[in-house]
Amino acid sequence: MSAAEFFAMGGYGFYVWGSFGVTLLLMVVEPMLLKGRRRAIQKRIARMARAKVGER
Amino acid sequence: MFETFLAIVRRDLILAMRRRSDMLTILFFFVIVVSLFPLGIGPEMNTLRLIAPGVVWVAALLASMLALERLFAIDYADGALEQMLLAPQPLSLLVLGKVAAHWLVTGLPLVLMAPVLGIQYDLSLDGLRVLVITLLLGTPALSLIGAIGAALTLGLRGGGVLVSLLVLPLTIPVLIFGAGAVEATISGLGGEGHMSMLAAILVLSLFFAPLAAAAALRVSVE
Amino acid sequence: MSSRIVNWFKFSSPATFYPLAGRMIPWFTAAAVILLGVGLYMSFFVAPTDYKQGEGYRIIFVHVGTAWMSMFIYVVMAAWAGLGLVFNTRVSAMMATALAPTGAMFTFVALWTGALWGKPMWGTWWVWDARLTSELILLFLYLGFIALQSAIDEPRRADRAGAILALVGVVNIPIIYYSVQWWNTLHQGATVSVSQGSSMGTVMLWTMLIMTLGFWAYAIAVVLARVRCIILERERDTTWVNELEGGVR
Repeated sequence: MSAAEFFAMGGYGFYVWGSFGVTLLLMVVEPMLLKGRRRAIQKRIARMARAKVGER
Repeated sequence: MFETFLAIVRRDLILAMRRRSDMLTILFFFVIVVSLFPLGIGPEMNTLRLIAPGVVWVAALLASMLALERLFAIDYADGALEQMLLAPQPLSLLVLGKVAAHWLVTGLPLVLMAPVLGIQYDLSLDGLRVLVITLLLGTPALSLIGAIGAALTLGLRGGGVLVSLLVLPLTIPVLIFGAGAVEATISGLGGEGHMSMLAAILVLSLFFAPLAAAAALRVSVE
Repeated sequence: MSSRIVNWFKFSSPATFYPLAGRMIPWFTAAAVILLGVGLYMSFFVAPTDYKQGEGYRIIFVHVGTAWMSMFIYVVMAAWAGLGLVFNTRVSAMMATALAPTGAMFTFVALWTGALWGKPMWGTWWVWDARLTSELILLFLYLGFIALQSAIDEPRRADRAGAILALVGVVNIPIIYYSVQWWNTLHQGATVSVSQGSSMGTVMLWTMLIMTLGFWAYAIAVVLARVRCIILERERDTTWVNELEGGVR
């Protein structure tokens, strides 16, 4: 089976890759969003901790 | 027990009578929504006859969603709700009383108005009869299920839209069996099966919804 | 032997659950990557071409797993919510909150792949089939849960209101599903099952199972990561969080 044949999926290429592609995309985007969310809250906590030290 | 229930119903009815315009607004909404469909779809009677059960039912569903916001909001604003939470009587009974009064004010007018709207759509006499029966069984269930949503969204910003978002998916069975009964009757299949399902949903929601709504009120008010 | 009995309530405190979740995430991430890798390989190279549906049927390897996860996650979410309501444990409620977006994501993927499967097979993107319709309603239920929780500012009320909604939803799901099925058969709509016309081979079943397990491991990893975020956001003023995260950068 050639690569071109494989990507054509017997004429169903758009549907098959559309399904797998979007699923994979969402499964990459979701962890990345979470990473961003985690970084944001960590930064905020660190800032608050520094502010507390500064008060003293 | 029953006296408490009646007392709540009577109180809420008196309060509602002082604000009659609320009640009329909902009824007008129902009438207008139903009357808009022929304008959007076209005056072809065969089509209209076909969609009539669905249109009337969806409109009734939307109208009762619209009414939900006021179910607890006024009592919440003036503090009466907090007193009810502290009352020795079970809260779910008070909720049931409030829902009953609410239905009498907002649900029953829809039921009474429905045959008139059905005539606009050229429904047969049998169809009209079943439409009224299903609405009579279905709208109390809508009010009961809706009470849970109204209690959960009490005092939240954008509560009106939010309550529809929460409650509408839960009311789908009522819509399916309600509109389905009318449709089955018109097409000659007989809507008894649908109607008994609708009655079962009503009984279930009569039992469970006040409990859930009472729990939700405690969460929202505390 | 009494020392071996685990005190589960110990883990219901955010301070102990947070590091535990952190230790579990790499394992489930690894499991997800391996299982999904194997599953994808099997989906494309091991599973044979279907004699009736050609290569298009390979969509079911994502569709079935995600559809199954979407329903499973809602039940798990309701279970955590119920636990949180009964035992008043904060972590349980946070778990329910953390599960909802991932569940909604899987529901969306199931709908999306269903549509992409339906277009070549049925000729339309959308069919009011009982399963697709129920899946759509499930998405609405998830969105309602998320919308309710995000509309409430006070965390404790958000937890408990969400719990009540999730429980009401989970009680309703069988009724909704049954009524949709009734509605569907009455209207003689398309009652097409995804596996229609093809006898399910062993290889296909295994592929589906491995993919589903991969999604399951992925869901656990992501939900644990999200619950860690939620814990930090809610407990940002406590000493343990400041000791743990205050020094970072």
